[in-house]
Amino acid sequence: MSAHPVNASPTSASPTSASVVIDQVTKIYGARAALTEVSLHLDPGQCVALVGHNGAGKSTLIKLMLGLIRPTHGQVRLLGEDPAGAHAARLRRAVGYLPENLAFHPSLTGRETLDFYARLKGVARAGNTDLLARVGLEAEAARRRVGTYSKGMRQRLGLAQALLGQPKVLFLDEPTTGLDPALRQVFYEIVQELRTAGVTVLLSSHALTELEGRTDRIIVMNRGVKIADGTLANLRHLADLPVRIQATGAPAGAVADALGTLGQVSTNGHAVECLCAGGDKVAVLRRLTGLPLADISVVEPSLDELYAHFLRREQAT
Amino acid sequence: MSIPLMTIPLILAGKEIRDGLRNRWVVAATLLMATLALSLTFLGSVPTGTVGVGALDVVVVSLSSLTIFLVPLIALLLSFDAIVGEVDRGTMSLLLSYPVSRGQVVLGKFLGHLASLAFATLVGYGAAGAALVATGADTGPEGWRAFAGLIGSSILLGAVFIALGYLVSALVRDRGAAGGIAIGLWLVFVLVFDMALLGVLVADQGKTVTVGLLNWLILANPADAFRLFNLTGTAQVSQFAGMAGIAGQIHLGPVTLLAVLAGWTALPLGAAALIFSRRQI
Repeated sequence: MSAHPVNASPTSASPTSASVVIDQVTKIYGARAALTEVSLHLDPGQCVALVGHNGAGKSTLIKLMLGLIRPTHGQVRLLGEDPAGAHAARLRRAVGYLPENLAFHPSLTGRETLDFYARLKGVARAGNTDLLARVGLEAEAARRRVGTYSKGMRQRLGLAQALLGQPKVLFLDEPTTGLDPALRQVFYEIVQELRTAGVTVLLSSHALTELEGRTDRIIVMNRGVKIADGTLANLRHLADLPVRIQATGAPAGAVADALGTLGQVSTNGHAVECLCAGGDKVAVLRRLTGLPLADISVVEPSLDELYAHFLRREQAT
Repeated sequence: MSIPLMTIPLILAGKEIRDGLRNRWVVAATLLMATLALSLTFLGSVPTGTVGVGALDVVVVSLSSLTIFLVPLIALLLSFDAIVGEVDRGTMSLLLSYPVSRGQVVLGKFLGHLASLAFATLVGYGAAGAALVATGADTGPEGWRAFAGLIGSSILLGAVFIALGYLVSALVRDRGAAGGIAIGLWLVFVLVFDMALLGVLVADQGKTVTVGLLNWLILANPADAFRLFNLTGTAQVSQFAGMAGIAGQIHLGPVTLLAVLAGWTALPLGAAALIFSRRQI
């Protein structure tokens, strides 16, 4: 287990201003290590994606940050304090949480559920009507018992309760799993608003493609170890995966001649595909535009490919 | 910013009560208790006819037996799932991400469940009392005192077994196991304990088991403390229950017996809160 976490954001805010700091945290359940010496910090106004397979330690990390469990070794700080310590109750008033396996009491209505959680948080219930509208739960639906709700409606209610009391830190564990695309859109719009308002949003997911362009930073976990941490551009740079350029209209031979040693050329149907290093992308394009092409497209490595790359690299060490 | 200490437990208790009402649990328990109490009241008064025993005293004796079987069972069924079930379903991790302490969670649930059980007992047994009045039976003030003592101590016995159920629920990782242990507790305290005690007394012939030791053995079972409280509470009742001899032998006053029941509530409840607060969710 030799881990060399990629920390691609050394210039980001210092841990003293961070909303969440995880310092050398190890969590052991029985004989199994769920997390091994993980360190990271989350800053205000940042939307961070936590990605990894099932069992990579994403939920364990979130539970540690919430103070639901304590670390075996290391230190956790939420808004500067121990989330499992004496001030835990006060801290939690500034936190919103959407658990992975969201469950509500089936006999309460949507509105009653939200009112119940609002009272627990000491928040005025008057705002709940607006909150339900914000997540797209209509008045009719709010009067129905939660037991009759679809997965999407439960998730909307889940988001509504997480937003109670304008939290400073929001933990969303697999929030969009099993949701339809329209609802995902609503979800990310709300996350965007919160981020602008200075809220720290931590989003765990294994649906990587939908995270592209929606998060400021990506943390990749594998079997309890942090294997990468940085912006999408940082990670692309570090991974140095080949960029794929597809061109049509010119024969493969002509393309190969034009590129020389800059890229590998192959044919894919009636298109010519060349793989080149990210740094050579512009030079390759310049040479290709000299050819009589019908069309050209550049495919950057996707988050899925980056993730696969970091996993491979981890297994190789 | 600061929420009064009891606010959170009361909010949680209110939610438990509403849950109990919505899933018809409270209604079912109330009907069950009322039906059994009314049957015992009228069947029980048949053999006594017009003998000098007060009708209410007869009812107190038969209803105490009913309480010993029924109330612990209802209380355990209500409580064994309270913690392990919510952890299992996933509602607990969400609840604990709110500004609540685990002690407040246990206390809130306890207040809610106790209120539901108290309602069922009060209405169920109250129906029996009201039926007696309606038939114009002979009820003296002392009879009513014994009757009120019965209802109060039945609720207290319920509190004991709700607390024991939480202790099981906080200890065990699996709902099925919690249910099994709860039924086991009921069998031990309600059936096995007394039979074993009787067996020991018969076999021993009073050689080593002294009255002092018997006192302690009875304190070891909340159901026996309840029985003793009700059956020796008033002279009339103990006469009728055939407990007059025992009442003379055992030196445990009603206050001691109630204190025993209160202790049997506070201890498991505190232990449940302590174990739950160390549990990994």
